[in-house]
Amino acid sequence: MANYYTDIPELKYHLNNPMMERICELKERNYRDKEEFDYAPQDYADAMDSFDKVLEITGEITGEIIAPNAEGVDEEGPHYADGRVEYASGTKQNLDAMVKAGLNGMTMPRRFGGLNFPITPYTMCAEIVAAADAGFGNIWSLQDCIETLYEFGNEDQHSRFIPRICAGETMSMDLTEPDAGSDLQSVMLKATFDEKENCWRLNGVKRFITNGDADLHLVLARSEEGTKDGRGLSMFIYDKKQGGVDVRRIENKLGIHGSPTCELVYKNAKAELCGDRKLGLIKYVMALMNGARLGIAAQSVGLSQAAYNEGLAYAKERKQFGKAIIDFPAVYDMLSIMKAKLDAGRALLYQTSRYVDIYKALDDIARERKLTPEERQEQKKYAKLADSFTPLAKGMNSEYANQNAYDCIQIHGGSGFMLEYACQRIYRDARITSIYEGTTQLQTVAAIRYVTNGSYLATIREFETIPCSAEMEPLKARLVEMANKLEACMNKVKEAQNQELLDFVARRLYEMAADCVMAHLLIQDATKAPEMFAKSAIVYLNHVNAEIEKHSSFILKFNTNELVSYKQ
Amino acid sequence: MSLKIIVLAKQVPDTRNVGKDAMKEDGTINRAALPAIFNPEDLNALEQALRLKDAYPGTTVTLLTMGPGRAAEIIREGLYRGADGGYLLTDRAFAGADTLATSYALATAIKKIGDYDIIIGGRQAIDGDTAQVGPQVAEKLGLTQVTYAEEILNVDEKNRSITVKRHIDGGVETVEGPLPIVITVNGSAAPCRPRNAKLVMKYKRALGAQEKAPAPACHPEGVSALPYPELYEKRPYLNIPEWSVADVNGDLTQCGLSGSPTKVKAIQNIVFQAKESKTLTGSDKDVEDLIVELLANHTIG
Repeated sequence: MANYYTDIPELKYHLNNPMMERICELKERNYRDKEEFDYAPQDYADAMDSFDKVLEITGEITGEIIAPNAEGVDEEGPHYADGRVEYASGTKQNLDAMVKAGLNGMTMPRRFGGLNFPITPYTMCAEIVAAADAGFGNIWSLQDCIETLYEFGNEDQHSRFIPRICAGETMSMDLTEPDAGSDLQSVMLKATFDEKENCWRLNGVKRFITNGDADLHLVLARSEEGTKDGRGLSMFIYDKKQGGVDVRRIENKLGIHGSPTCELVYKNAKAELCGDRKLGLIKYVMALMNGARLGIAAQSVGLSQAAYNEGLAYAKERKQFGKAIIDFPAVYDMLSIMKAKLDAGRALLYQTSRYVDIYKALDDIARERKLTPEERQEQKKYAKLADSFTPLAKGMNSEYANQNAYDCIQIHGGSGFMLEYACQRIYRDARITSIYEGTTQLQTVAAIRYVTNGSYLATIREFETIPCSAEMEPLKARLVEMANKLEACMNKVKEAQNQELLDFVARRLYEMAADCVMAHLLIQDATKAPEMFAKSAIVYLNHVNAEIEKHSSFILKFNTNELVSYKQ
Repeated sequence: MSLKIIVLAKQVPDTRNVGKDAMKEDGTINRAALPAIFNPEDLNALEQALRLKDAYPGTTVTLLTMGPGRAAEIIREGLYRGADGGYLLTDRAFAGADTLATSYALATAIKKIGDYDIIIGGRQAIDGDTAQVGPQVAEKLGLTQVTYAEEILNVDEKNRSITVKRHIDGGVETVEGPLPIVITVNGSAAPCRPRNAKLVMKYKRALGAQEKAPAPACHPEGVSALPYPELYEKRPYLNIPEWSVADVNGDLTQCGLSGSPTKVKAIQNIVFQAKESKTLTGSDKDVEDLIVELLANHTIG
């Protein structure tokens, strides 16, 4: 592809969502920056034009530099020497191009050198980059850690660190340890206060740290001696310029080779506290992870798009039995469902990012002045929607990326198993998306309360009231039936009042809710742009209708006594 | 040390991806069918200029281009990447220029700019492929020239000299020359940096006078009002200067068609009639035969 933005018109469609007007108004504080900064927008139309142009730059760099480098980066990988990481040569070129194009610190306020972009166009850039090289996507997208430093750091930290990220320095979030993976409460990295130097000192080991040799690290560490749970953890900022953290090794991974995954050793490393003590995990890391999960959802959509592109191109070109294989129902069935999952997942991703945009912009305004009661209500509404949609977007899109990568290889047949084709790289790269930043199983844990408290169902019922085109009307009628099934399953499980049963069927309930949400979003998209989404809406609805029948049959027929048969 | 650099750049039809409508009946280029782009080697030249600007703070990079009103796009593309400004030489009297008339016009404009250390452009443009304009500009200004440059290695302030690596048959050579100098850059030089997000947002509304003028009433898309007209007074850098023959004190007889001694004798319109394809097996003999055939046709070797 020449330009990874303009060649995918679906992106511009999602950019032009009407909610963007409110988002821009909030983010730009009624366009007050225009007198002070020569690159600030004059009004809403001007802001949208700027997003479009910057996405075009991202698409061009991705098409002309990142995509051609991807195979070499996958093969070469990063290098380890003397406790430091050196990126693969292609990765260096990629990063250099992105930095020169000024695409770092995109969401930061202009006074720090940022572009003051909402999360939505930034997330689109992340998707675009990941479609060409998911591993490089990590390095570049980790810039969104700066959001957390901006939200919880003090002004002095803002002025010292944010401009560096806007200028292109990279970040990492140092959370996991050998004995603290999914369970971050057991983090042991020790933080002690050095009275003499008036600073914190970090000692210990971190493991599986993406981009672990970054310039600026956000570190989760135990500041309260003697504690054992999440309440004894604080968040720290470690600046590589201070020294004290070395890379012990770079992991040898199945995929995302361009992204160095490091084991880090902290030896009395000087660090500073970010925010308040003891809120590290319970507040800051939760915020950090929510941002990162949106990033992985974007990466997953990028990979889904890449898988679809490769599969489609091959199916058109490959001839067997005297015709192109795309003409066989068995093959076009696979391709159509890939596209439907891609369109549905992308719709969910940007719906979520818009929710995040509104509540975060209002949060930021609240730092300047008191919100009006209406604004407070708006903030609460969208914060809740964002919290409930983020685990759906991350979990479903990462699963879809894997499914699409699998089908992409299947379309390629034997050739897909050969290392010459891009599909094997997409398959390997996609595999991590349903694991890191919280496995799909943990996304389910994060989401299940919104199933049981009826939040998803309420959103779905609200979607049912949105008018759709005549063509989509029959689909919507089926969708109401599907939501009824979700409700019936939900009620059965709730009535049983058995936590283990709930945990056991949670994934099924989670998927049922996600399926309904995505089907509604696709129907809305197909109403506005039938030429782009009508096919996918039909294909997706057929697909999730069967999925929901399957899950509801399982849940409604399930006898709690059978749980014992599942325990190995 | 700060340098004053003029980058010569041209808007050209994209002849790299030619479709069947690329030529008109009379054998001339169908400009409507081909997108107008920044001449590729001029982008390489721009990158060399911008690298000097990075290395020597205070350096200014000014683009100079000749063409119709829409060629202001070239100046904008330069601004998006870090150039400081530019001039569009535009006048009906400049039209139809061959390399001699073009280099005359450019040299006249450069004299008007007056203050410069380095004049740098691409080796050649992909529409004419002559590689004559750069050298002719040097001759007209009485300056030293380095052609086929791949990299500017050093600028020596004290001796006012520049060291350049140039591409030659079978290798490279490093040469030194005095400032001011004309340099033409080869396509094997570093590719140009991408557009910068902030600069794009800053300069996206920069327009030349012709682009700013409302479209005539007969225009198919109707009369377009200039968006944000007040910005052009508040932000002078949004006005891309246009120069006519008179503005650069040019001699009309040496400009455009009248200043162009080149006469086209004949134009041949070559159309591939047959679309041949050959199916080869993986056997050594088939591969060998193909190599022999390609050598015989001078396709390779």
